[in-house]
Parts: sequence; structure tokens; C-alpha cells
Amino acid sequence: MTHSAPADPSEIIAVRDLRILFPTRDGHDTVKAVDGMDFEVRTGETFGIIGESGSGKTTLGRALVSLLKPTEGQILHQGVDPAALGAKAFRKHRRDYQIVFQDPNAALNPRMTIIDSVIEPLEIVGEGDATSRRRRGIAALERVGLSPEAADRYPHQLSGGQKQRVNIARVLTLRPKVIVCDEVVAALDVSIRGDVLNLFADLQREFGLTYVFITHDISVVSHISDRIAVTYLGKLMELGPAEDVIEHPLHPYTRALLSAEPIPLPSHLRVDRRIILEGEIPSPVAPPSGCRFRTRCPSVQERCAAEVPAWREVRPGHRVACHFATAEGPPPDQRQSEKTTVMGGPTCV
Amino acid sequence: MPTGVAAPLLAVRDLSLSFATAGGALPITRNVGFSIAPGERVGLVGESGCGKTVTGLSLLRLLPAHNAQVRGEIVFDGVDLLKLSPRRMRAVRGRDIAMIFQEPMNALDPVFTVGDQISEAYRVHFPVSRAEGRDRAIEALREVGIPAPERRCDEYPHQLSGGMRQRVMIAMALICKPKLLIADEPTTALDVTVQAQITDLLRSLSERTGTALIFITHDLGVVAETCTRMITMYAGEVVEDAPVDDVLTRPRHPYTSGLLRSLPGLSARRGVLSSIPGRVPSPNAMPAGCRFRARCAHAAAGCEREQAMIEVDAGHAARCWRATELALRGAVN
Repeated sequence: MTHSAPADPSEIIAVRDLRILFPTRDGHDTVKAVDGMDFEVRTGETFGIIGESGSGKTTLGRALVSLLKPTEGQILHQGVDPAALGAKAFRKHRRDYQIVFQDPNAALNPRMTIIDSVIEPLEIVGEGDATSRRRRGIAALERVGLSPEAADRYPHQLSGGQKQRVNIARVLTLRPKVIVCDEVVAALDVSIRGDVLNLFADLQREFGLTYVFITHDISVVSHISDRIAVTYLGKLMELGPAEDVIEHPLHPYTRALLSAEPIPLPSHLRVDRRIILEGEIPSPVAPPSGCRFRTRCPSVQERCAAEVPAWREVRPGHRVACHFATAEGPPPDQRQSEKTTVMGGPTCV
Repeated sequence: MPTGVAAPLLAVRDLSLSFATAGGALPITRNVGFSIAPGERVGLVGESGCGKTVTGLSLLRLLPAHNAQVRGEIVFDGVDLLKLSPRRMRAVRGRDIAMIFQEPMNALDPVFTVGDQISEAYRVHFPVSRAEGRDRAIEALREVGIPAPERRCDEYPHQLSGGMRQRVMIAMALICKPKLLIADEPTTALDVTVQAQITDLLRSLSERTGTALIFITHDLGVVAETCTRMITMYAGEVVEDAPVDDVLTRPRHPYTSGLLRSLPGLSARRGVLSSIPGRVPSPNAMPAGCRFRARCAHAAAGCEREQAMIEVDAGHAARCWRATELALRGAVN
């Protein structure tokens, strides 16, 4: 069980009142992609961010590595605000904060050989000479499980899993402190997902990396994370130690999300605990008043429309944004309380 | 190989597909065989490139005639679809067998209202007026749980969310009350909470109307929650065919077992995940005998021989001669 120390010196990223807004194409409205988030990422941990499309998780991931600037609020990297750095200092700073994207094809230039893609970051920061860069590039490729023969191939000659390994090798050459992984296994077949996730775990141990793991896949996030944050429509709904979030979710949304995950178990081992949410995620241009989840929440009450729920610590190190959540869990399901009173997340045998 | 006494709705026998290429015929699937009972829900699973989608398309003869060579038999309701004239095949498509696809936005025409598109699917097969077609479309939208169907009927695809569009596709597919619905990854592009809505809808519609379902997916969890039987394909062949509960508990083919074991369990934190080493052999370099043997931890002398489907249990068959002696792990430890 993790404890919540105030102003932990081991925080590698601190996110304070973060808002990221985009104007709509006609200029009349704003898309509130991230609309008030507060959390910190601890050094050496794997911080999982889970959410559905439109929840703001990709925007958040890009902002964490300074690919997007906060509209309001701050993202601090070990106490430093990269947005306040001069161009030169910023360039030096950002090599410590890297990102790997979802689509392994789109992330590699089809006209560059693998080794050229892998050493490009080193060329940009101007480290070493051509020979040493190539040597380091090959070492990085070998570290992610690719043979040196792959170095002079082109992306189309590799499989999806191999390409994703190349993308990992490429960020490793810079020896970053933090890697944001945005849906890095979503495009891979299940049979090789395990390999890539194992590789991430090995590299973390070896290099002391901190990961921010963004995904919509609950089984992936629960496997790899130390802590899990649940996003919905630009806000955090819940944040806590991974096991606690999976086994004792506090927010009605988390409970529904966990129950919606299809589990490959034979019928006699499956509990009928599905909570089918109605409708879909509302538009981030005009999110609902009060609690954003209220339009789909099976436990909704009047207060939910009137008041934005506070971001409260309800269990040790486990925060939630719901008026009615208690240390025991989320408020009961009003719609079908006789059917879905099973507490906690799905269990695995 | 289902055990039921009833005559199967669909019996596929020795279905082999190849594409003509500049370098000669490229074999894609080989001797695919399975049958579907009326009202049965069958999951067709496997990695990308194993031949699931082309099998689905070939059942409806939707593959390009100029370069796809299909051999074998597709006996539907006693008639071999491969022998039908193009005109008679058109009468089967959409009427007796319907299909829905992964990306509903690509399957809908952006310049027609959803009501027009749904009623067209009906009016192609039944001589009814526009007004009646529209009524049918509204009814179909209501069936799939779209609120205010009278209004939605006059909207265009871009006005609907992803989940709503997939509901529209299902409404269109089911409007003629087909006996078989082929759903190709219908929930892959959707969020998990919406996926749960759609799989629930497909299952309850199938139970209520008696429409049989072939659910093509790579997600074994979806199969467990939607289907009664699971067919595993690998490298263009069916390698296992069994009732869902049986195969999840005790898979008989090492490939199916490998797929099940690759899934990270919800609470199995921090353990090392298993995976299947290597990759699917390419269609023009298929090994003789068992196509999985190069990646198989249980490969032994004898695997280089041709493998037939062996019935190992009631209604449970696997393409592995070691199926009876191996104790393979399933989803349950």
C-alpha cells in the first residue's frame, strides 16, 4: 500500500491545475481536451492513464513531454517548468522526457533505414561522431531484441512488433528519464503484445526509467502500472495504487469500465456483474455541468449537476472525484441495484 | 464439427482461396471447413493475416472475381453458394446472409440519410413503397436501441457517434431478418463501454430472432461473452473448433493455448507475460505439415506430416496429432 506524502521530493513530474484548450475549426468554441487535472508522477514508477477516446489522455501525454503547451496551469519536470525555459535550455531539457506513439508505421519514415531513424535523435542533439552514433544505435537495437542485420533494412521489411521495438530503441539512445507510452501495444497482435510489455518492464529495471503508460486497455494498464489514473472528458475521475483501483474502484465510472472489459473465462467462472453504461462520452466542447460523468452515471443524483465534485483522498493514496464515493466504494447503482451490487473489479483466476 | 442433430444452416467444406498475382497464385486459405447450426453464435479468431476476414468475405462471394480463386463448397440452406449465378447470389446477400464491418463510417454513404440507406437494404429485396420502407427503417432503428428513431432516420452518418453508426449498420444488416449475420470486428473501433453495449445487442438480437452469428474478432474476451463456439484459424487453416467453455478451459491446439496465455490477466500484476515466439509464415513460404510447428513449444518428430482435424472430445476438434496427449493451459490455471 502506498502512502501519500505531501510534496514528495521524488516527484519527477508534477501537474498543477492543467488545462489544454483548442479552438474549434470555426473559431466559435473551444474543445476542452484537458480541463483541470492535478497529479504527480513519481520517479521510477509506472503511471498508468486509462480512458476512452475523447477523454483527453493523448493530449495529456503530449503535454507531459512538452509537445503541447498548457493553456493554463503548469507541468513541472523535477520542479522545472519547461515552458519557461529558453530555446537552448529547453532543447537540452527535453531529451530526458520522451514519447513512443501508438502507430509503429506512422512513427518511422518509410524512406529512412532503421539505423538512420534510430540515430536521428543523437544527430539532433549532436552527440558523438558518425561511427560512435552507429555503434550506439546498433547497441540500442540489440537491447530491444533486434539483430544488427535489421539496421540497414527499411520499415516495410519489418513486422509491426519489430517496428515498435525500433521506436523504443530510438528513444533509448537518448537515455531519457521519462518515457510516455501512448497506446504502444494497441496496434500489435495479442501474441506479441506480451513480448513488448516484457521488454518495457526489463528496460525499466535496467535504466531506472519512469513510464507514463497511456492506454484504453484495462488488462494492459493493470498489468504494468504501479498507480492508475482514470480519465473521463478532460478530468481525472480516480487515481490510486493499481491494485486498489482494480480491486476496490471508488468511482462509478471506473466500476463500469472494469465491468465492461470482456474477460475470456468460461461461463461458470464469470460473475454477472456487467454494468452497461448508456450512451457515449459527451462532446468536450460542451461538457455537462457539475460532474462530467453524470449523464451516463447509474448512481446520479441532483447534486451531481449542480456541483463539481471535489478531488478527495478517500482511501490511502487513492483519490476520487465523486460526491458520493466512500472508502467502501462507489455509490450504489440506482438503475439495477438488485443486479449489480458486486463490489470491486473483475477477478482473475 | 457440431454435434446437433439439426441440419446445419451453413456447411463450409474444403474452402481454399488464392489470389492471382504477377508471380502466380498466392494461396491464402486451405481446406477451411466448419458448419454453423441455425441460431448458433460462433467466434472466428486468430491473429491478423490468418485468413478470418477473407473467409468471411468469401462466404458472401464479396472477393474480387478477377483475381480471387475460390474452391470448395459453401452449402447454405442446402444450396452451394459457389454454384449460384451472380443474380441469384445477389438475392442471398443482405436477405439471407448479411455482413457488418469494423469501421461503420466507411460502410455508410455520407450523402444519404441513414433512413434511406436502411430502407434501401430492404427495398432491394422486397417490393414496398418508399413510405413503407421508411417505416421499416424506423422500426429497425428502434430494434437496435437508437433513441428517437423517427428523428435519427433523417440524419446523415456524420451526425452520429461511432457506436450509433455501428447500431445503424446492425439495423441495416438485420432489416431483412437474415438467417446468418457475419460480423467482422464490429467492436474493434469502439470504446470498451460502447463495445459492451454492441456485443450485448448482438447477442440479444441473435437470441430473440434466431439469427446465427459468425463473429470475426481477435478478442477472445469478446468471444467468451458473445459466442457459444469458437473456431481458431492460423495461417489460412482452421486449427481448432470447439464449444467456447471447453476451449477456454482446455484448449487442444498449442496455438489457441498460446493466444489465451498471452492475455494479461486483470490482477496478474508484474509477472512476465507469455507470448508466441516468431511470426506467421508468409503465404508463399508455408511449411509442409503443421503450419504452426516452427513457433510451437510442443513440436516433435511427426509434425512435418500433414495434420488433419482430429475430434478429441464431443464437438471439439483440433488440427494437431498430439492433441490428445498434450495438457495445454487455457484461460484457467
